[in-house]
Amino acid sequence: MPHHPFMATTCVVVPAYREAAVIAGVVATLVGRFGEVVVVDDGSRDATGDLAAAAGATVLRHPVNLGQGAALQTGFEYAAQQPWVTHVLTFDADGQHHVDDAVAAVELAGRTGVDLVLGSRFLEESDPVPALRRIVLRAGVVFSRWTTGLELTDTHNGLRVLSRRAIASLRLRHHGMAHASEILEVAGREGWSYREVPARVHYSDYSVAKGQSSLNAVNVLLDLAVDRIRGRAAA
Amino acid sequence: MIIQVLLVAALLLAALYTVRGRRTALSMAIRRVFVIAFFAGGVVAVLFPELLTLTAHQVGVGRGADLVLYALCIASVFTAIGTYRRFRELEDRFVELSRALALAEHRTRGDQHLDA
Repeated sequence: MPHHPFMATTCVVVPAYREAAVIAGVVATLVGRFGEVVVVDDGSRDATGDLAAAAGATVLRHPVNLGQGAALQTGFEYAAQQPWVTHVLTFDADGQHHVDDAVAAVELAGRTGVDLVLGSRFLEESDPVPALRRIVLRAGVVFSRWTTGLELTDTHNGLRVLSRRAIASLRLRHHGMAHASEILEVAGREGWSYREVPARVHYSDYSVAKGQSSLNAVNVLLDLAVDRIRGRAAA
Repeated sequence: MIIQVLLVAALLLAALYTVRGRRTALSMAIRRVFVIAFFAGGVVAVLFPELLTLTAHQVGVGRGADLVLYALCIASVFTAIGTYRRFRELEDRFVELSRALALAEHRTRGDQHLDA
């Protein structure tokens, strides 16, 4: 895997809640490739924090469960305190993301200097693109512009790269799952430059089962339904 | 009727209160004045029910009891919103406290590694 210049100055923030089964593997793929891997243990009360630390991550532990948005913000504040950090990468703890996509996102952020790089499951690469799918995707972008002010094909993807400038002006107030919309809202309001990169999401039995044990299941189901409608099975 | 204007205005204010407003000295004073007025008005209404009926007629409400009911509804709405806001503020502070604890604990563990 190529080692791009900005990877060494990138701090990875991995919000984690009860991911003892997979966290070590996720951390192992990130550690050594990026400047620092910060796992924010959101009051897991299982071995998540210890396993992450053993795998080489810096672990910040919330005393109680506060929500994914709060966990991200804690990671952001930690990263902002490190003077060597130029970029922050957010990466899911459950193994749904691919490191290759993260590397590509960081490389794009460093090379273009944009404030925000967002992973998208729906960036069309194969051609020719069927006309119907093109129309549906276009409608999605228009909807995204209407609701967030940004033209995005995927508004709910946990893989993002933020510049130091973006992190400095971000203070997430939504502690739960609404943080995703809040980040976009701030981006629109502050006029951040942004790009999208392809980001595959791997819906394994583990992550889907985990999703069903919380309200996140609604998001997962909606994502899957949207995948179906857009004609692409989640890899 | 006057009562309609008053109720609609009160509901619009309540809607605004849900999403905006900071806790200033003025807003606290307003709240306290209303509480005192509520207690005073309640005592007067109990001791002088004819006065209550008269007031009700003035604003276009048939019975004094109905006026009391409307006032109670509005008061309930504001109370509920106030409670919701307090809980949100409490939760925000709680998150900040927990975050500070997490970061401080990490610094302490880091120092321990250096001493070892």
